[in-house]
Amino acid sequence: EPLGLGRAATPEEIALWDIDVRPDGLGLPAGSGDVMTGDKIYTEKCSACHGVFGEGTGRWPVLAGGQGSLSDARPVKTIGSYWPYLSTVYDYVNRAMPFGNAQSLTHDEVYAITAYLLYLNDEVDEDFVLSSDNFAEARLPNEEAFKPDDRAEVEFAAFKEEPCMTECKPSVEITMRAAVLDVTPEETAAKAAAKAEEAQAAEPTPEAPTAEAPAVEVAEVPAADPALIKAGEKVFRKCKSCHQIGAKAKNRVGPVLNGIVDGPAGAVEDFRYSKPMAAAAEAGLVWTESELGAFLGNPKGYMKGTKMSFPGVRKEEDIAALIAYLRDASE
Amino acid sequence: QTDPAIAIHPWMQELGDGVDAAPYGMPSPHEADVKRRTVEWLTADPVSSINFTPLHDLDGTITPNGLCFERHHSGVARVDPAQHRLMIHGLVDKPLVLTMEDLKRFPRQNHVYFLECAANSGMEWRGSQLNGCQFTHGMIHNVMYTGVPLRLVLEEAGVKPEGKWLLAEGADAAAMTRSIPMEKALDDCLVAFKMNGEALRPEQGYPVRLVVPGWEGNMWVKWLRRLEVGDQPWHHREETSKYTDLMADGVARRFTWEMDAKSVITSPSPQAPITHGPGPTVLTGLAWSGRGTIPRVDVTIDGGITWQEARMDGPSTPKALHRFYYDFEWDGKPLLLQSRAHDSTGYVQPTKDALREIRGENSIYHNNGIQTWAVDADGKAENVEIS
Repeated sequence: EPLGLGRAATPEEIALWDIDVRPDGLGLPAGSGDVMTGDKIYTEKCSACHGVFGEGTGRWPVLAGGQGSLSDARPVKTIGSYWPYLSTVYDYVNRAMPFGNAQSLTHDEVYAITAYLLYLNDEVDEDFVLSSDNFAEARLPNEEAFKPDDRAEVEFAAFKEEPCMTECKPSVEITMRAAVLDVTPEETAAKAAAKAEEAQAAEPTPEAPTAEAPAVEVAEVPAADPALIKAGEKVFRKCKSCHQIGAKAKNRVGPVLNGIVDGPAGAVEDFRYSKPMAAAAEAGLVWTESELGAFLGNPKGYMKGTKMSFPGVRKEEDIAALIAYLRDASE
Repeated sequence: QTDPAIAIHPWMQELGDGVDAAPYGMPSPHEADVKRRTVEWLTADPVSSINFTPLHDLDGTITPNGLCFERHHSGVARVDPAQHRLMIHGLVDKPLVLTMEDLKRFPRQNHVYFLECAANSGMEWRGSQLNGCQFTHGMIHNVMYTGVPLRLVLEEAGVKPEGKWLLAEGADAAAMTRSIPMEKALDDCLVAFKMNGEALRPEQGYPVRLVVPGWEGNMWVKWLRRLEVGDQPWHHREETSKYTDLMADGVARRFTWEMDAKSVITSPSPQAPITHGPGPTVLTGLAWSGRGTIPRVDVTIDGGITWQEARMDGPSTPKALHRFYYDFEWDGKPLLLQSRAHDSTGYVQPTKDALREIRGENSIYHNNGIQTWAVDADGKAENVEIS
């Protein structure tokens, strides 16, 4: 029997607080946003923590990349590689982001950011517009890779056996010691900071894979294919926030790219390269199409320690197009 | 030779503080080292981070409120209880708004439950990392909650027959949400406003939080502001991107709500070495299961060649911490200590390797494997793994 406590919630009150969105679209407000608008908002409000390309800065979440890494030793769980539903992206950005100014974005802004996150994950092209009308059509690639809790079926039989109590093994050896890694926090901040550096190698949450990536095979392309160069110009938009190319190009976050294809690595004057890049230049690395392609496909995998935080161009045809553009646009 | 402690100390002569020197009370200054600690490299920023209960310094089963580990996603919400409302809506007959005063007019109950983060021991999947049970097992606390059965609150609004799921949402800047199956919501969940008799601490969800006994801590939504009844789960960030268990083959388990049976020796342990030398030694620890009680804990001091049943002590209820002791004569030689919990369903805590064999090393969550401490001849203890 109800106690008659509380009062009726009005529809207006419910509407103010009921912000949740489900995979079937229930709760999604009317609105729309495009990739380019999302890029602007993201750059302004999200990139300080999540990185220009969704690669994450510091320990902040990585949002893009990691496709195909889920069974690796260091899986990279991102929206593109792991999240099952796009509605979760919309819902979470809307309820909790930007960090420290939650629920400040308009519906259209959340659509635009969501569209841009799809773009960062190579799921849509740059002219994509996400809206309440096409939202239900959008699918994330990892949707099917989830299963219900099956511990009862998979584990209980083995874990309910009566265990051994005496003479359970002939001998015992220590196989691993925490002191080897020694990531236990110390009381002083200075010590903790130093440990944080060392802990990178041992830290348990996902991070970018450090294994050497296989070189990407780049198809041989004719010297000047206008369509390919045009396609490459589009791909280059991902590079533009850090790199310039052409007559008036200047060093920005990254070096000027004139003459990069078939040119020596680490050769732009007045640019401070990372140590590994400087070392590679010293050793005579030349950016042939295959070397440059391998670097662009997975910068950090190709060259551990590179300053280029870009996660890489995933599609081989995009790499080929980008290289064609870089060759063409060079002054 | 006379023990210098057998002397006339200042506190034997001088007057101490009068009443009201600390109106809410403080531990002895000599206990200043007993505190929550964080692991800075784990997270990007303290406002979205976790710290750990100092299990090695505690005994009994109840965790003092000020030592209950904290986990926030957007910091501790500074909620004014007079401005706090709990809204119940969705597939209900009568959408409701309750004030804190309304909530305290429902019949209430008291229960002791553990709250364990699903990521407790998550840093140890790839091997021994952290020296101290505070860090390996300290994402857990155990307090007495006073609250209203969630069932009564839902019945007040009248759940429609198609209402199979409940979305719980917090009033913090993360607006934390989790989907909870209606069966659990109507079973033993509480809408709680007191812990260990006093108001919830702000960092534990003041003025009101959800209690989801035996299930992962992330579901115990703090600063609870909204309950929505629906016909399917919401698949929000905390139940997709997080709190899903990635298996070795790249497939992830979801909705792994129940916490498996687990135990840890809290002393001796890396932060609580044996300092008294050979002779009578008290080994103690905690055990728990999200599926019931812990009728038995086995302990080994020789790395699992021989096991003995520990002595269970103190009152313990289902889905709460249990205390065990093993009193033994230490011969001063190195020890390899382990404990193994048995729960009331017959489940026996597995080894870490047995877990890895099934789940791989990428799941982050639900690591309930047997913990090993190596004690050397000096009594110092270290987190190790053994064959």
